[in-house]
Amino acid sequence: MDKTNMQHANDVNVIRKKHMKLFFAGVIIIALVFGAGAVTNYNHIEGLMSIPAAFQWLFANMMFSGSTLANLSNVLRLLWETILISIVSTTTAAVFAGVFAIMGSKLTAINPVVMYAAKLAASVSRNIPVVAWALILVISFGTNAATGFLALFFATFGFLVRAFIETIDEASGDTVEALKATGATYPQVIAKAVIPEAMPQMFSWVLFMIETNIRSATLVGLLTGTGIGYLFDLYYKQLNYEMVSLITLAIVIAVLIIEWISNLIRREIL
Amino acid sequence: MESLIEKNGKGRIKISQPNSGQLKFRMLMIGTAIFTVAGFFLLDYSGLELWPAIIGTLENLKTMFLQPQLNQVNFGSAMYQVLVTLSLAFLSTILGAVISLFLAFGAAVNLSRPWISRVIKGFITVIRAVPTVLWVLIFAIAAGLGAVAAVIGMLFHSVAYLVKAYSEAFEEIDEGKIEALRATGSGYPHILFQVVVPQTKSFLIAWTFLRFEINFGVAVAMGAAAGAGGIGYELFMSSSFYYDMNEVGMITYMILIVAVILELVANKLKSAA
Repeated sequence: MDKTNMQHANDVNVIRKKHMKLFFAGVIIIALVFGAGAVTNYNHIEGLMSIPAAFQWLFANMMFSGSTLANLSNVLRLLWETILISIVSTTTAAVFAGVFAIMGSKLTAINPVVMYAAKLAASVSRNIPVVAWALILVISFGTNAATGFLALFFATFGFLVRAFIETIDEASGDTVEALKATGATYPQVIAKAVIPEAMPQMFSWVLFMIETNIRSATLVGLLTGTGIGYLFDLYYKQLNYEMVSLITLAIVIAVLIIEWISNLIRREIL
Repeated sequence: MESLIEKNGKGRIKISQPNSGQLKFRMLMIGTAIFTVAGFFLLDYSGLELWPAIIGTLENLKTMFLQPQLNQVNFGSAMYQVLVTLSLAFLSTILGAVISLFLAFGAAVNLSRPWISRVIKGFITVIRAVPTVLWVLIFAIAAGLGAVAAVIGMLFHSVAYLVKAYSEAFEEIDEGKIEALRATGSGYPHILFQVVVPQTKSFLIAWTFLRFEINFGVAVAMGAAAGAGGIGYELFMSSSFYYDMNEVGMITYMILIVAVILELVANKLKSAA
């Protein structure tokens, strides 16, 4: 009888400790929220109020007039350019990322020095934000497609190396070991085990990056004066809100179509 | 006899025949390669002089990374701007996490009705389709340029991302445990907060921190492109107004250091989950 009571007391203690921990975590997070709010001058009520206001505004400007629709061809042309840049930069980055990932994966690295060098290069290119790349490149490359392409290339490259290394480690461990046991050479292991095993998952990552890059390309375009981002910025600054809504709608539809296509492809290959 | 053995171009005997899936994948790869090469020619490079541009960029990179120096702002205020950017990222992540938790209960198919799940998933797909910078600028019309527009704009994408991550974590939990609690007559809130959340806690924390890491990068971008303030705005000013490569270099280093630390913590949390 005594013993069970003791255990019961212990259990209560454990639960009480857990609740205390949870309570303190909650207090710390709330304090941090208010601290962050003070640092940035963020007002929670104002933030809440802006959500319905913005949606009301967005839908009020969706009744497009004739003069707005006349610009549609221009919008579509720049949208196409933006999509093209994001696809081309992603696929090109994927080729380089594939090589670096094979160098950087523990499973397939030639030697540790090369492995860490590959990982470091990827980490630097990934952690410098895409805006910094865009702002640096636009100074010398000017406002044309090459700036957007290179900015997206560097950011995508860094991300894909990380994703590809994880894919290689996950997908091809056993196969690589089996092939090594048969006495296969290094190029044979890469060509017959690593690439076939990891390729579908890698392609799925490439599709994911294409979707992401269309949105990033809008941001880069806004900063460097190219593509659909530039057009958005232009009309935004002219306070032509009907055009702003039209461009937003066009981007949404384009992204949804691309997501739909890549889901179809994913279903086929995975 | 000869006709039964297929040989390849080099006269060797073919030992494997690709199945239809492999064939499709091969076609897809070839198609992508052709599209990429064609894409390079379709892009508009007007006004680009390639070699001077490459040399100029390399010189700028050299100045940036080898002679970093702050000129327009002092170190203390630059650090404060980093804190502002971190705060913007933190606010949108935490507020997003709270909203996402409840939306994710509705989006997870094992905890909710199919039609609710479909409505929420459709809603977040549309939200995700709008680039963050456009969200921020749209909210800036309603709330004015600044922290409010930035946090709410970033919040939308955080919610879209976290609902997907959370609901996938919820869908993987053991159905038996939910059933056991149902059998005891527990109500819906009990099931959520006694089984679902404790079971997936480490996943939730890892995904939330991962989003915080992403939001730091986004907050830098919003400072530069949407006037949200913080270190991103300083970066934009020093590169596009002052053309001060030394300062761009120093700011890039500061962003890089914070981003690498965040990435290391995110990796730790992810491998622990």
